[in-house]
Formats: sequence, structure tokens, C-alpha cells
Amino acid sequence: MTNTTYTVIFYLFAAVTVFSAAFVVFSRNIIYSAFSLLFTFFGVAALYVFLSADFIAVTQIMVYVGGILVLLLFGVMFTNKIMMTDLKTDVLNILPGIVLLLSITGGLIYTFVARAEWFTSTVQLQGSVVEKIGFETMSRYVLPFEMVSILLLLALIGAAFLARFDKPGKTNDK
Amino acid sequence: MDFFSTVGLNHYLIISAILFGLGLFAVVTRKNAIVVLMGVELILNAANINFLAFSKYNGGMEGVMFSLFVIVLAAAEAAIALAIIINIYKTFNTVDVSSIDSMKE
Repeated sequence: MTNTTYTVIFYLFAAVTVFSAAFVVFSRNIIYSAFSLLFTFFGVAALYVFLSADFIAVTQIMVYVGGILVLLLFGVMFTNKIMMTDLKTDVLNILPGIVLLLSITGGLIYTFVARAEWFTSTVQLQGSVVEKIGFETMSRYVLPFEMVSILLLLALIGAAFLARFDKPGKTNDK
Repeated sequence: MDFFSTVGLNHYLIISAILFGLGLFAVVTRKNAIVVLMGVELILNAANINFLAFSKYNGGMEGVMFSLFVIVLAAAEAAIALAIIINIYKTFNTVDVSSIDSMKE
């Protein structure tokens, strides 16, 4: 792959990511937002491949697209009476929001590009990262790995506990 | 012209800054709690792009491992937040975050 094709494909995925993220934010329809978020996640996963983190890209597609997006769509379906109300959503304090968006984004880009001088190493991450992740998980990061698994278990039990339905026969103390 | 023809660290930082700003905009302006949650996901993705970009151009594995943990925490956060939103919907019959102003009905 030559350098020009690499650059063109990078800009393509960057444009997909940024424009679909803008559509998520500016669209009034929640369903459109959710499906546009799908393209954002795929674009971000493609950027991860460009950053030679292929395992993270596959994990991103599996967890975000397969898990979180389905969960969000389930939430959209559950919290709107589908036949009765429309799926539109209102906005509030739009002017401070736009000021915040422009100032934060502009300030961050100015700081990153103009002010900061990043020192890039001569040895960059190359090739596949899967084997290195395996070694790191089982050596340096074994304690965070175990802790995050326990946290995930607790979060899932907590979510199931919070969202459970009350049994119809049992009266709650209200 | 050299800035546009060779992809470097700054390009990824600019994309992540834009994603962060858009996610913050969603959190600030939208009334529906689920769209607020989508904004939080955008912010987490922006942070992940930064981690992986610095890890790539530093040559180490720290950013890669941390972004893996960020993805796991995002999954846990989405599950818990949706359970809370469903509880709010059962109590108040709405997910409009600006009209929820008491802890219980």
C-alpha cells in the first residue's frame, strides 16, 4: 500500500467518524442518532487499525456495536411508548452548548497542534499487537485484569437487580 | 501541505478533540437521557483514540492496555446507566432529564 492510498483511506474513515458523530449529536430523532452511532463506532474501530491496535478494533466492534449499541436501542424502545409518542427529543440551552462545543474543540486543537511539542519515539508500534497484549495481561496487568473482571460481574448483577420487574403478586412497601 | 499529506499524531488528536466536543455538546444540550448516554460514549471513544495514538507514537503498550480497560468500563457503565434510566422511566414515566427534579415520587 503506497503512502497516498494510506492517507486517502485515513481521511475517508476520519470523515465517516466525525460526520456520523455530528449527526448523532444534531439529529432530533433518537433512532437516527443510535444508527448513526453505529457508523461512528465502525469509523473509530478503523482508526484503531490505523494505530496498529487490531485487537482493540475487534474488541471495539464486538463490545460497542454488539453490546452497547444494542443496549442503547433496547433503552430507546423501552422508554418510548412506541405507538403513542414520537421519538423526537428536545434540546435545551443550545446557545451555551454551541459556545462550549466551539471553544472546547478549538482550544483543544490549538493546544494539541500549535502549543504542545510532542516527542515521538523512534520505535513505533508496528504490526499486530495481539501477542503483546497477551503477555502484558498475564504479567504486568494481571491484577487490573482480575479487578476489572470482578467489576464487570458486579456491574452486571447490579444492572439486573436495578432493572428487575416487580412480581405482580408481591406488594411493595410504598 | 506537508501536514495534510503525511498522517501523524496530530491528526488523531484533532479527531479525538472533535469527538470530545461533540459528546460534550450532546451531554449539555439534549434532554433525552439516552442521548446524553450516547454523548458519554462519544467522549469515551475520544479518550480511547488519544490513548492509542500516544501508545502508537511512543512505542509502548501502556495506552493499548488502558484502552482495553476503558472499553470494559464503558460496557459496565452503559449497563448500569440504562438500568437507572429504566427505573427513572418506571417512576416518572419520562426520560426527560430536565423534568426529573426529585429523588422519589
